Amino acid sequence: MATFLQQLVNGLTLGCIYALVALGYTLVYGILELINFAHGDLVMLGALLSLSLMRLFLDWGIPLPGAVALALAGAMAGCVGVGLLLERLAYRPLRQAPKLAPLITAIGLSMTLEQGAALIWGRDYLAFPDLGLSHSWVFGGIVVTAIQGVIGGGTLLLLTVLLWIIHRSSLGRAMRATAQNPVAAQLLGVDTDRSIALAFVIGAALAAVAGLMVGAYYQVGHYTMGFMLGLKAFTAAVLGGIGNLQGAVLGGLVLGLLEALGAGYLGDWTHNVFGSNYKDVFAFALLIAVLIFHPSGLLGRHAPEKV
Amino acid sequence: MTSAPFARVSLRQGRWYVATLLLLILPFAVEWWLGRGWVRILDFALLSVMLAIGLNIVVGYAGLLDLGFIAFFGVGAYCYALLASPQFDLHWPLWVVLPLGALVAASFGAALGWPTLGLKGDYLAIVTMGFGEIIRIFLNNLNAPVNITNGPQGITMIDSLRLGDWSFARPHTLAGVKIGSLVGTYYLFLLFVILALILSHRLEYSRLGRAWAAIREDEIAAASMGLDTRRLKLLAFAMGASFGGLSGGLFAGFQGFVSPESFTLQESVMILCMVVLGGMGNLRGVVSGALLLAFLPELLRPVGVWQQRWLGQVWIDPSTLRLFLFGVALVLLMRWRPEGVWPSRARAREWHRS
Repeated sequence: MATFLQQLVNGLTLGCIYALVALGYTLVYGILELINFAHGDLVMLGALLSLSLMRLFLDWGIPLPGAVALALAGAMAGCVGVGLLLERLAYRPLRQAPKLAPLITAIGLSMTLEQGAALIWGRDYLAFPDLGLSHSWVFGGIVVTAIQGVIGGGTLLLLTVLLWIIHRSSLGRAMRATAQNPVAAQLLGVDTDRSIALAFVIGAALAAVAGLMVGAYYQVGHYTMGFMLGLKAFTAAVLGGIGNLQGAVLGGLVLGLLEALGAGYLGDWTHNVFGSNYKDVFAFALLIAVLIFHPSGLLGRHAPEKV
Repeated sequence: MTSAPFARVSLRQGRWYVATLLLLILPFAVEWWLGRGWVRILDFALLSVMLAIGLNIVVGYAGLLDLGFIAFFGVGAYCYALLASPQFDLHWPLWVVLPLGALVAASFGAALGWPTLGLKGDYLAIVTMGFGEIIRIFLNNLNAPVNITNGPQGITMIDSLRLGDWSFARPHTLAGVKIGSLVGTYYLFLLFVILALILSHRLEYSRLGRAWAAIREDEIAAASMGLDTRRLKLLAFAMGASFGGLSGGLFAGFQGFVSPESFTLQESVMILCMVVLGGMGNLRGVVSGALLLAFLPELLRPVGVWQQRWLGQVWIDPSTLRLFLFGVALVLLMRWRPEGVWPSRARAREWHRS
């Protein structure tokens, strides 16, 4: 039982990070029906940027909380800048192009960001600065670390802000209108280009936060860290129902839990034929299963494809 | 054609003779002029060409984006490696192992395609990407509890390519001409590439090829004309995969060593880049793109040397730079010239219709 609850806590932490990244996929997909393969690499960029900035600020003698806040701000600015560039220079010119074109562009951008990061930061694993969050509490045999608390709390805060923006602000209303019907929205005076850019901006900002969280949680940064994370977050978005914000969060949490429990129990179930080294396969098997049996996901509405 | 049939035909035939002659003496010229290392690069380039021809069937003809194509190459390579190496002490002959590898790769392609081909294009892309990773994870981990793939260490001492008594790993002397092992391998690979080209060319203009083109241009219209789109897409997947598997088998036999490292997403993107650069759906373009990108690492090698010489340190790693350029090339091509550098006329029209 203790193992189970412990994996539950670990899974929820992982799930929070997946949820934040999945939101980026779902926001863009909801409007453009485009899978932004490069989104996972924005998370990597956020992690590496915050890593470097934090080291820099700590070297300058700025106290830890200030350094973390400044690094986060810097990483968010960097990711948002790159996200906007991708949208403006690569995706926007292809809106009318055949479907294959933006997909190939997306995979090209992902490669460019990844290898670009390798050119800047090198191919070695980089140690993440210690955030002093290794303190832990024990509740009836279950260990909860401070960083897990921060990740959970931070995710909750960001989700509240995001839901407020989408459902209560005029920018959010414009975004929802664009997602529903871009042409009609444009006729009614909505600046659809701005709405689309905003989806990229929000996604990139969330990616930067998720990057910092992943880096701080695993205490490591590497130029390939965005690939697997991106694929899993996409799985989470599909699981929840792509295009649906609440669905992305739910999908992220469910995937995080499944993976943590799978990693914890897979070896026992299969008598060690499959161990936790197969946990990545788990997510894909789930993705394929969802796509075949219930492509609209947990919360997505089934929409017939427009011709 | 009607006015002077004989003149035209002989001119065309003449061109073919010249091309054949050039291809036959090419490895000797390369060996004499650039050294033996370049013949090896040429051999690997031919394998890349075959991979590109295979992916072209999926992406170019049927219009399906497959981001895990290297997995089929891996399946073919491991098929050869397991059946012709000391790993299980099996030493099956080439003419059994190679077709078997292609067949197994094709069935993997069908197994992947069967559940996923009902999906929209973008989902398919990400599922194939995940599939490529799954294959790699299995290759990496299937060394326990029963050691099948030998894990990350890979399989070594794979039997060299050999047909009967003729081994392609050893030099031979034919009619007084000494043929080195790399040159002999070149002829073997060239033979396979030419077969693949003929097959692919015939496919393109066959009933099947026309059906693929219809699906690529408008799937809904194709389906309403009575085409069984799912079965046709499955065929494209399986056929493309079999080319990948064949190339993988040759790779394993040529290199004598396989490990999961060779089958990463980067490699899949590289093959995609070859197909896209030359011009999706156009064999001439695909072959040129594949050859160009296969030689790119060699062209970039001086970048490292220059840095060492003038800056005292290698700041920009040439292999990272190569992958970076692949990414940039894909983006730029889609933006400015989605039909590729040497497109077929029909495909160019398709890209610019909307």
